[in-house]
Amino acid sequence: MAGNLRALRRRIRSTKSTKKIFSAQELIAGARIVRAQARVEASKPYAREITRVLSALASSASLDHPLLTERENPRRAAVLVITSDRGFAGSYNVNVLRRTEELLSLLRQEGKEPVLYVVGRKGETYYRFRNREMAETFTGFSEQPAYTDAQEVGRALIDVFTAGEDDDETGGAGADGVLGVDELHIVYTEFRSLLAQVPVAKRMAPLEVEEVEEFDYEREDREAGRTADSGVPTSYEFEPSAESLLDALLPKYVTTRIYAAMLESAASESASRRRAMKSASDNAEELAKNLARQANQIRQADITQEISEIVGGSDALVAANADD
Amino acid sequence: MATLQVELVAVERTIWSGEASMVIARTTEGELGVLPGHAPLLGQLADGGVVTIRTTEGEDLVVAAHGGFLSVSQQGVSILAETAEISREIDVERAREALRRAESEGDDPEALAAARRAQSRLRAAGQEA
Repeated sequence: MAGNLRALRRRIRSTKSTKKIFSAQELIAGARIVRAQARVEASKPYAREITRVLSALASSASLDHPLLTERENPRRAAVLVITSDRGFAGSYNVNVLRRTEELLSLLRQEGKEPVLYVVGRKGETYYRFRNREMAETFTGFSEQPAYTDAQEVGRALIDVFTAGEDDDETGGAGADGVLGVDELHIVYTEFRSLLAQVPVAKRMAPLEVEEVEEFDYEREDREAGRTADSGVPTSYEFEPSAESLLDALLPKYVTTRIYAAMLESAASESASRRRAMKSASDNAEELAKNLARQANQIRQADITQEISEIVGGSDALVAANADD
Repeated sequence: MATLQVELVAVERTIWSGEASMVIARTTEGELGVLPGHAPLLGQLADGGVVTIRTTEGEDLVVAAHGGFLSVSQQGVSILAETAEISREIDVERAREALRRAESEGDDPEALAAARRAQSRLRAAGQEA
């Protein structure tokens, strides 16, 4: 009995110390969400401006830029998956990877061969374990992505997309000798609220410029008392020409979208982790409580037994003395 | 007096926004000054260039902007940059160090771009580059 008690006490101790780790993780993740959300907010003005500039440009320039035109017979499609570097984040990675699998099988049905680009160590291990080929992986920044990280990823994707332009019908590499892709897709986790993070898949190229909050601009203008005659399209002067501006701007736009996706994913990752750690520490607490009850019961049983042994012993002694 | 509503936004955050009387920038085509009432314009900023914002208080804000665009509309001027630093926040020693490092790395495109960035930071801080 005593041995059993010692084992129980050991379990209680270890459960309590794991609980401490869980709650520390929970607190860290909580602080990170706030910071990640602030970064999402801080990145919005640029995204809004670049979209506005691009829309202005799109109405003036001829839109035959390679990043904008649909290719006939797309055969290969790059898929960028954004996962986390560390685990302990509940179903965060599982959900993204499941969404990715859906996209991959959809692409295969359409006769396109998917090419994987993976951000985050968890995604990397997932595909490596399954012996799936990955074109490139990027790790080490999933929780706090910087714009330079997005640039690195963006450069790789745009290069491979541009390389796909001259690939021939039969799947040959074309004049540049590099086998490219005809489409770019991204799978990331959208941060809707602290409780809801939804994995989403989007096509990045060929590109559709998202008309972000077009309505809001006009209201903003009205509120500021400006008399922008929004009915008349403004004709811009371009320096240099509209075409070369578009050349310079589009890759940056793609990179901005990747950066935004990374920031959202980082916020979602922290939110997921906090939730997972919260339930883990609650469970640990519950477990420690039950174990403590068991231990107390055993201790009581031990004491009762000891007392009855002592009483029994002294009774026996008394009886023996009386016989004398 | 008419003023310009200027926004200077980098990818990671808005760096500065406010009223200004003039903006001077260098696009890939050449130096350019924007006064209130300027015709709508979109321009690509020259690499390693410096943007000067003259605020309504008469102060000059000198900014090192990399990979940027300038957009002038009726609403005002927005300067979009991948990274941007205001001169008073620039660490001259670090910029010099970065320039030395970039120059010693030879001429692959990355190092050249880094060198240009460092040069524009130095220029914005009013130093010889």
